[in-house]
Amino acid sequence: MDWIYEPWPWYVSGPMIALVMFLLIMVGKNFGMSANLRTMCTICGADKKAEFFKFDWKSQRWNLMVVLGAVIGGAIAHYGLSNGEGVQIAESVVCDLQNKGFESAGQAYLPSELFDLSALSSVKTWLILIIGGFLVGFGARYAGGCTSGHAISGLSDLQLPSLIAVIGFFLGGLTMIHFIFPLIF
Amino acid sequence: MRSIIYLLIGIIFGITMYKSEAASWFRIYEMFQFKAFHMYGIIGSALALGVIMVQSMKRFKMKSFFGEEIKFFPKDKGIARYLIGGSIFGLGWALAGACPGPMFTLVGAGFWSILIVIAAAMFGTFVYGRLRDKLPH
Repeated sequence: MDWIYEPWPWYVSGPMIALVMFLLIMVGKNFGMSANLRTMCTICGADKKAEFFKFDWKSQRWNLMVVLGAVIGGAIAHYGLSNGEGVQIAESVVCDLQNKGFESAGQAYLPSELFDLSALSSVKTWLILIIGGFLVGFGARYAGGCTSGHAISGLSDLQLPSLIAVIGFFLGGLTMIHFIFPLIF
Repeated sequence: MRSIIYLLIGIIFGITMYKSEAASWFRIYEMFQFKAFHMYGIIGSALALGVIMVQSMKRFKMKSFFGEEIKFFPKDKGIARYLIGGSIFGLGWALAGACPGPMFTLVGAGFWSILIVIAAAMFGTFVYGRLRDKLPH
């Protein structure tokens, strides 16, 4: 029964994501997670500050249930279905990250240098988490979707705009990892 | 009743994000370094099945589980918003190592610092909403 605690290989993970999209379509909804950030802004009162947030957030309640499920699923997987071993990334990436000061590479699920509560004593950690999150939220709404909405749903529907967005995702990601990371780590 | 169905789908999604390690900052870094097939395999296989699925649903005009018509909404035309917005998203995705789905999964997994990322993502969404009319789309 050890397999139950092992991480899933890509050929299980990918079809499971497709299954999630299938189920959402079959219950008359769609697969798009970043839309929830907009809904949450509206609930917090952003509709009084910008036209963009004026919509009936209750029509998105179903998606907030998906979010709640994603939180619960994370807890089930982490506390019940995990062996607690680190993510087995490529050996060369472990070396590369350790040289950059990420000692936890290969031994943890997330880098403890960024996500342990003790790391919050560093201003740099705060800046990375805040700027990273800000760019994700701003960019996802600007592009009208994130990985789920464009890379999975949009491309499955053969939408050209989604292809352009995904090209953008990679342009941005590659720029960050190859040109900006060497400056900050 | 339907709420429970959405919740269950979310739970499957959350478990998948965690167990696939797509919610791991390390996997995102590795992907942008092109050092492993893992993330490409995940996205590629999800997409291959997704294309077949969506195209057959359209072709055979499949009905939802509740007997309703399934609607697909084409994205608005344009280049600028997708390329610029997408690139901004990519910068953040690589830096924070999490996209909007996995962020929530990581809360459940007890990585409390991710709440800072989620709050910042909400603020980013808010700023977009404020600047929307001034941005090229």
